[in-house]
Amino acid sequence: MEANTEQAVAHAHDVHHDHEHHEGNFITTYVFSQDHKMIARQFLITGLLWALIGGGLSIVFRLQLGFPEMDMSFLEPFFGKWIVDGKMDPEFYLAAVTMHGTIMVFFLLTAGLSGTFSNLLIPLQIGARDMASPFLNMLSYWAFFLSSVFMFISLFLETGPASGGWVIYPPLSALPQAMSGSGLGMTLWLIAMALFIASVLLGGINYISTVINMRTRGMSFGRMPLTIWAFFITAIIALLSFPVLFAAALLLIFDRSFGTSFFLSDIYIGGEALQHVGGSPLLFQHLFWFLGHPEVYIIILPALGLASEVIATNSRKPIFGYKAMIGSMLAIALLSFIVWAHHMFVTGMNPFLGSVFMLLTLIIAIPSAVKAFNYITTLWKGNIVFTPGMLFAIGLVSLFISGGVTGIILGNSALDIQLHDTYYVVAHFHLVMGASAFFGMMAGVYHWFPKLFGRMLDERLGYIHFWMTFIGVYLVFFPMHYLGISGFPRRYYSFTNFDAFQGYVELNEFISLAAIMAFIGQLIFGFNFFYSMFRGRLAPKNPWRSNTIEWTTERFPGHGNWKGEIPAVYRWPYDYSKPGAAEDFIPQTTPLSETPESNLPEEQEQVDREKGAPADGEAINL
Amino acid sequence: MLNLLIGLGVLLVLLVLFLLFRLGGTVAVVKGTHKKRETSANNINAFLLLFMFIVGILAAWYYNGHLAEHFLPESASEHGHWTDELFWVTTAIILVVFLVTNFVLFYFAFRYRYREGNQATFYPENNKLEIIWTVIPAIVLTLLVLAGLRTWGKIMLSDIPENALKIEVKAKQFAWEVRYPGEDNEFGPYDFRLIDATNQFGVDFTQQAALDDFVPRKIYLPKGRPVFLKIRAVDVLHSVYMPHFRLKMDAVPGMETQFLFTPTITTDEMRAKTGNPEFDYELACTEICGRGHFAMRMEIVVLEEEEFNTWYAEQTPWAESNVDYVKEAIQKRGTNQALLEKLENKKSS
Repeated sequence: MEANTEQAVAHAHDVHHDHEHHEGNFITTYVFSQDHKMIARQFLITGLLWALIGGGLSIVFRLQLGFPEMDMSFLEPFFGKWIVDGKMDPEFYLAAVTMHGTIMVFFLLTAGLSGTFSNLLIPLQIGARDMASPFLNMLSYWAFFLSSVFMFISLFLETGPASGGWVIYPPLSALPQAMSGSGLGMTLWLIAMALFIASVLLGGINYISTVINMRTRGMSFGRMPLTIWAFFITAIIALLSFPVLFAAALLLIFDRSFGTSFFLSDIYIGGEALQHVGGSPLLFQHLFWFLGHPEVYIIILPALGLASEVIATNSRKPIFGYKAMIGSMLAIALLSFIVWAHHMFVTGMNPFLGSVFMLLTLIIAIPSAVKAFNYITTLWKGNIVFTPGMLFAIGLVSLFISGGVTGIILGNSALDIQLHDTYYVVAHFHLVMGASAFFGMMAGVYHWFPKLFGRMLDERLGYIHFWMTFIGVYLVFFPMHYLGISGFPRRYYSFTNFDAFQGYVELNEFISLAAIMAFIGQLIFGFNFFYSMFRGRLAPKNPWRSNTIEWTTERFPGHGNWKGEIPAVYRWPYDYSKPGAAEDFIPQTTPLSETPESNLPEEQEQVDREKGAPADGEAINL
Repeated sequence: MLNLLIGLGVLLVLLVLFLLFRLGGTVAVVKGTHKKRETSANNINAFLLLFMFIVGILAAWYYNGHLAEHFLPESASEHGHWTDELFWVTTAIILVVFLVTNFVLFYFAFRYRYREGNQATFYPENNKLEIIWTVIPAIVLTLLVLAGLRTWGKIMLSDIPENALKIEVKAKQFAWEVRYPGEDNEFGPYDFRLIDATNQFGVDFTQQAALDDFVPRKIYLPKGRPVFLKIRAVDVLHSVYMPHFRLKMDAVPGMETQFLFTPTITTDEMRAKTGNPEFDYELACTEICGRGHFAMRMEIVVLEEEEFNTWYAEQTPWAESNVDYVKEAIQKRGTNQALLEKLENKKSS
């Protein structure tokens, strides 16, 4: 009964869209668009522009680290007074590090990755006309845009943007006396993040309600592509954790502007004792990491979801262990909420808590390992087509493993005593969630570019991009383990003050050069991206011979996605190279009753149902 | 002029690259390669994945020795040996996992590259395999967790021995200061409201215990005796980091933190071990604290126990070298005549 009503509603929706299809002016089509595909493009392009800034900043501070003696006057046109007599100002160095982190974690890998692909793929892969609330979806982008504007403005302040590290620990971030970036720059950071959180929440409730309510006929949860599972779980994590960051930010705003003492106590700075007593800086850290750690999974799960789809399609094999993949994602989601304090082993937190969080942290390695093994087994006896997207997906698996294994060391509180806040940590998280999430995002961009823009990205440039990035990333972050084992602390402007940190001058130069190479690779991608958007080869309907239903839409799908009725779904999305089938793929829209040659014995029951009970005649007509 | 020429040169190179790119695209369309699934690019990429992995591992192997030369010397503290050992054991385990999984990943990629007419094996699941590779990591991790818990407990949850030397390390932007409790082995109490340009610790000098506290310019430690660090900060977060002692603990304004450890190698011995007569132990900051974060250095000297005791006895209490300040402080906070007299006597003796 309920199903019938849903169909009726869906049908009414169809009619509605058939009428409205081609209307809309420039503003409603390209700016204040409510079409999920346009919003996805907006997220993607905004995210990539941020990546350019965030990546550029990393090159700037890598210059300082690799070539501390260098004359940097040539940067003066960009950075003005931050370059003093050809030397970088130490506070500017910290500002660059801070903004690099903030931009990459939130603006690129949360909004740019999850925002883009959740928006693009949820309606297209579950068979919906649009999001549950296209209007909220539009608001989600514009909240992000506004947030971007504030963050962007903060880059141009005379006192600089926020500079206390992307974790913005008070009291440093609360006291303008402590560093100039904690003045107006920090205020703008907090405003920008408040808007950003609003954007994530608006998007998140939409993703969840769309996945739950708007799946097309036959698209049961057990037939959803892993991408959708990943976005769905991610949205739930985000919805539960981001509000906690909002609370932390709000309390910090109170401490900064209204004289409260949530995080401040016993402070003597700038020649005076402040009136704050009774607050706790550790409280902020708990609140921050209660978001901060799930945030890592908010970033990596969508990347893993995209990789699952790309790897299965291009291996021409079903993803290995579909249920195990979903199970491990659910386990990761659950555990991600109870491991946050492993960032705080040596903050003065009760050491007993350290024991508890070490245990929980190492448990989360198990579902992560299961996922990696499943990816590898998916390649086994495949027939692998190395599209650029596939290369990036394989790169993701490699980086995820390489960065993941060092998590076993850092998650061990006894070992974290020495390694905390050293380059070992930098190497670990850049590999496991920075680079690998970026690789997942790139896999997604190459794979779904035909659906985003109706054209193909140039493959040769894609290969060059992949190899420069893949080699570059390993050359940058693998050597950092050596720095970390030797105790080099992170966020150091220079290492000349300490006898202990005199080695590795050449290694630091090497890392910087590798980073520059990887960055140039991204410029090649930038060219490919914008050139192909307008001049690329027109995409075939299903360029990767994929099963999922987004490839049944037109080359340039209009608002509403499918002309006429939304296709129904009869099978899971991974029927690749099914024995007996004529082709090495069977789209989800092909009924089992049409493929008697390849059906498995246990599928007979469903065939009978399809044949015998045409309750909804439409299904047969397809 | 030169800049203009360089700019033009770069522009020209980019133009040539762009033309090559267009030409390549046209050639591909004419040949029809873009429609084929089995291309030479596919084979090249498959080969490169495996090849680059092997080259990378060989390069890392080759340079490892050279890079490892700069590792920190042997731990100078007791617990550092425990964590170092656990670190290298865990590293060996994860290295094996890293090498095997990456190799298998790239080997499969190479081995099962696309070939016309080949068919992939439809192999959607195998619960036995899933269980195996859930249980094995679970066992290994359990062992590592147990080892970690034991070590962590020994370091962080043990009682403070009677004979422990108490030291207070205090951080501010951007310097460390260290205070010893003096003869009575008891620190004078402090309050952040009492801090000023002279009394950086905010010590309350109306209290007897404060009068013999002393503040040396370096940290001196005795070899073989437990040291109990009391750590605090007066402005923002800092972190006490002694790399040679494998020790780290944040300094938090408003909340005292602590760390208990035992130095095992004197500075002189370490100089001999490393063959570096200039060698010094160092204290660094590892929690971002502002402009001078990278320059918060303090030297640490580890002495033999007797040497240390001699040094300790020779130190002049801070109150004695700042009598006028202390007197004023006492008078300001209400009179404590007995203390004043005691101070005077001590000075004259």
